[in-house]
Parts: sequence; structure tokens; C-alpha cells
Amino acid sequence: MATAPTTLDSDQARLPEKGVWKLLPTVGMVTGVVFLLVAGFLAQGGPERFFHSYLVSWVFFLSLALGGLFFVLLQHLTRAGWSVVVRRVAEDVAGTLPFLALLFVPLIPGIHSLYHWSHEEAVAEDPLLAHKAPWLDEGRFLAAAVLCLGLWSLLAWWYRRESRRQDESGEIEITERLQRWSALAMIVYGVTQSVAAFDWLMSLDAHWYSTIYGVYFFSGSTVGILALLIGLALILERQGALRGLVTFEHYHDLGKLLFGFVVFWAYIAFSQFMLIWYAAIPEETLWYARRWEQGWRPYSIALAVIHFGIPFFFLLFRDVKRRRATLALSAIWLLVAHYLDVYWLVMPALLESPGFHLQDLLTFVGVGALFVGVLARLLRRHPVVPLGDPRLAESLAFENV
Amino acid sequence: MNETRDTRSSREPEVWGVLAEISSVDALHGTCEGLRDAGYTQFDAHTPYPVHGLERAMGLKRSLVPLAVLILGLGGAAAGMLLQWWVSAEAYPLVISGKPLFSWPAFVPIMFECGVLGGAAGAFFGFLALARLPRHHHPLFESERFERVSDDAFFVSVAAEDPRWDRDETTRLLRDLGAREIEIIEA
Repeated sequence: MATAPTTLDSDQARLPEKGVWKLLPTVGMVTGVVFLLVAGFLAQGGPERFFHSYLVSWVFFLSLALGGLFFVLLQHLTRAGWSVVVRRVAEDVAGTLPFLALLFVPLIPGIHSLYHWSHEEAVAEDPLLAHKAPWLDEGRFLAAAVLCLGLWSLLAWWYRRESRRQDESGEIEITERLQRWSALAMIVYGVTQSVAAFDWLMSLDAHWYSTIYGVYFFSGSTVGILALLIGLALILERQGALRGLVTFEHYHDLGKLLFGFVVFWAYIAFSQFMLIWYAAIPEETLWYARRWEQGWRPYSIALAVIHFGIPFFFLLFRDVKRRRATLALSAIWLLVAHYLDVYWLVMPALLESPGFHLQDLLTFVGVGALFVGVLARLLRRHPVVPLGDPRLAESLAFENV
Repeated sequence: MNETRDTRSSREPEVWGVLAEISSVDALHGTCEGLRDAGYTQFDAHTPYPVHGLERAMGLKRSLVPLAVLILGLGGAAAGMLLQWWVSAEAYPLVISGKPLFSWPAFVPIMFECGVLGGAAGAFFGFLALARLPRHHHPLFESERFERVSDDAFFVSVAAEDPRWDRDETTRLLRDLGAREIEIIEA
């Protein structure tokens, strides 16, 4: 019988003081700023491509942080015991939200490059856009963005702060309070992330609409965070933190959730597609026609295979979810798949067929380096396990039945 | 222990196996590991609640239920799709909303449901078959002591059909492994 540790020594719960983790925050910040400045400088040659690439990169990392917030809220809502050892990592990923909210600012000058509906002359001669004008309005768009980003930042900050306060005090009341608010917070999360997906992504094709779009975005972002959590846990384990705390029982459960959300993503994606395909109403099919009848067709097929077909049959096996090498492969694979998905949501609005552009790389590395830098800073500052959580012992001893 | 329970018939009654009461979860693990290491395969542990790690201590192989789920799940999905193809494209071809006869996207939901149904059936019937259920009675239920298995006692039973079975040898082994009470169960 596996004997779980009942007390932790601080080395297990903290990242090493020296080495790569100490450098990451600074290196990430400098790299990110340099890449984004270069991208912004080059944007003068072609602002449209820059803003679309930036939107892809920003939404990709934002969706991971949002997924982190969802994961934290979900654990409190379900009073989960098993996940306590990985919850702090998710709290830290969500903790990047206030910072990512700032990275919305570069998109503001790009509204006209990104969104057709923001041109008054286009609305004037387009009855459909005129009909949607009360919603597709720049002032409303910015207000909703501020509200969404503000609420997420607030929730992520509060849940993380309270959890850290508990590290020292171990007060059970803190857990009770976080649980009590998690239901309301989850509703706020569900509505705001849907609104955000409508505004930032769906309105790229302002003629088109799909009520399930927000759920689609959510399913992708949850696949992203679960893959990222598995990846981060593996990396932290190598660095010495979490070693002996995160066991294959935890990985197995994260893997099961990952498998579940891979299926959920396909379920939602197909539900959206099938209804539109079956009804075949032009104003609904144009979005798919764009992705099916022009240069995007191979990309769309590949996305279905990479994001669902292959991982479905791979993650089906128990052993895959209990071995480091296969877990690492699954995590990297699905993060790539998630990026391809976000790219597929945005880029067809601009391009007839998929094509790589230097801006894709510059903005990805730029936003990504900033994200990693901030995340490393958050991970380093405090124990990577919520030491004061009343369910920590339960989580350490967790075994699958 | 006393096993002077008189056997009134002249013939030795047929023996199903032996039941041993174990005092604690740790001892249960030890007993199972001992039996496993001694080469026994036809033995079982009985507990009032799930005990983690027993399958390892008992040396159980991986369950075959997932395989049944996979096969019946894929089979169900394939059968669902096949049925719809046959109905819509072969037996009674009918053009619906101008779409091809074999419009597979429209058939996916039913294919999916058939796959789920097959998988669930695989799990349910696969488990019943592997657990040799349903059955109405079991020789272990003859033991009064065994009634406590759903309350506060742990047991290990070894069946006489085990190739290593030897009434005296097995009983001695169980006692050496720390069994508290040992009872021979008649078939």
C-alpha cells in the first residue's frame, strides 16, 4: 500500500531559488517586449495581418488563463479533494489574467482592422449589420471587454490570494468562503466568457452567428488548461517541486478529464456544424463555406483529426494516462491542437487559405514569453501546493478505485 | 478455532474452501500478499468498503471489462451507421432536403448513441459475466460469522478449486499469515 506523506518539507512545495526559474521572469519580460515591439514596428507595413496574428496569440494564452480560472472554480464548486495538489498551479495560471487583460490594449487601435462592423459606412449599406448595430457598437464592445477582463482578473486574484492566506493560517473558513462564492463565480464566468467569445472572435464574421459559439470556445480553453496543467506538473516535478506530491493517480485523473474534454470539444464542434449543415441557410453556412470550400478545407479536416481523432484513440488507454512520456506527448500535442483551433477561428476572416506569416511567430513568442515570465514569477513567489488546504492530506493520499 | 463440527454422514462432506477473518486492513494486505506469493490464484478478499491497493496485493490481472466496452462500443457505433446507411441509401432511398442519400453527418448522432449503448452494455454485461453473476447463493453465506462482512469485519476466502489447495496446508498458511478465525466452508 502506498504511504502518502502527511507533512511536506518546504523543498517539495517550492521551486528552487536558483537556476532557470530565477531568470525566467526577467527573460520572459524582455523577450516578450522585444518581440512585440518588433511586431508592432513591422505592423506599419500591414496592420491587418498584425492585428489578426496578435488576436490569435493573445486569445490562445488568454484561453489558457481562463481555463485555469474555470479549473479553480470547478474544484471549489465540487469540493474536490483529489485535485488540491495541482490547484495552486491552476491558481497561478489564472493569476496571469490581470496581466493578460492589459494586453488587450494593443487590440484597441486594431478594431477597424479586425472588425468589419466597426466601419460606419459598411453598416449604413448593410441591413443585417444595421440590425445588429445596437450590440456591435464600439463603445459597448470596449465596455464589455473591460467588464469581462475586470471580473476575471478580480476572481483570479481573489481566489489566489485567499488560497495563499490559507497557507499560513490553515483556516477552514477560507475554504468555506471560496466554496460558497464559487457557484456565483461560475455563472459569472460562463456568461462573460461567452460574451467575450462572441465579441472578440465570432464578430470577426459579423453576418454570422451561432449561439453555441461560447461553449465551443470554453471547450477548447478547457482542453488547453488541462494539457497545460499536466505539462506544468511534469516540468515542476523535474525541477524538484511537486516531486512525490503529484502521483500517477493525479495524472491519471487529469488525463481522464483531458480525454473527456477532447470528446466534449468534438461534441460541441460537431453539434454546431451539423445543425448549420442540415438547415443549409446561407447566412449560417457562410462561416463553414469559408472554411470548407476554399483553401481552408485541408486545414479543417486536419484540425478534426489532430484535435479529436488521434487524441481520442490515444488517450483512451489507461497506460497512456499513467506514464510520463505519453502524458508529456499528449499535453504538447493538445496545446498545439488548441493553437490550431484558435487560428482556425480567427484567420479565415482575413485569409483565403492558411499561410504562415512572420507576425504569427513574433506575436506568439511575444505574448507567450510575457505569459511564461509572469507565470514563472507567480509560481516562484509562493509554495506551488496550497499547504493550508484542509483537503491536502486527502489529495496526497488519493488513489483511483 | 474449533473445527470439531461433527459430520454426521460417514462420508467426508465436500469442501468449498476456507474462510479466514482478518483483524485489520494492514493484515488483509499482508494475507493477500502472502497467498499471492505462495502461488494461490483462486482466493478473494471481502471488505465492508473499497480498500485501495488490494488488487495489487492479490496479484489480480487487469480487468477485461474495458475490452468488452471497447469492442461493443465500436461495434454498436458501426452497427448504428450501417443500419442508417442501409435504410436510407439501400432499402428505401429517399431524398431529404436535397442532400445525398448517404448523408453521414446526419447519421452521426445516432451512431454516437448506438456506440454509447454498446459501450454501456459491454460494461454491464461484461461485468456480470466476469463476476459470474447473477447467482442466488454462495457457500460463504452459510457462515454466520461472514454476515459481518458488510459491517465491520474483513475476510479472505480461498476456494478448494485452487490448484495449490490443500486443506491442512492452506489453513496453516492462513494462520501463519495472521488470520484471526478460520472456518472450513462446505460446498
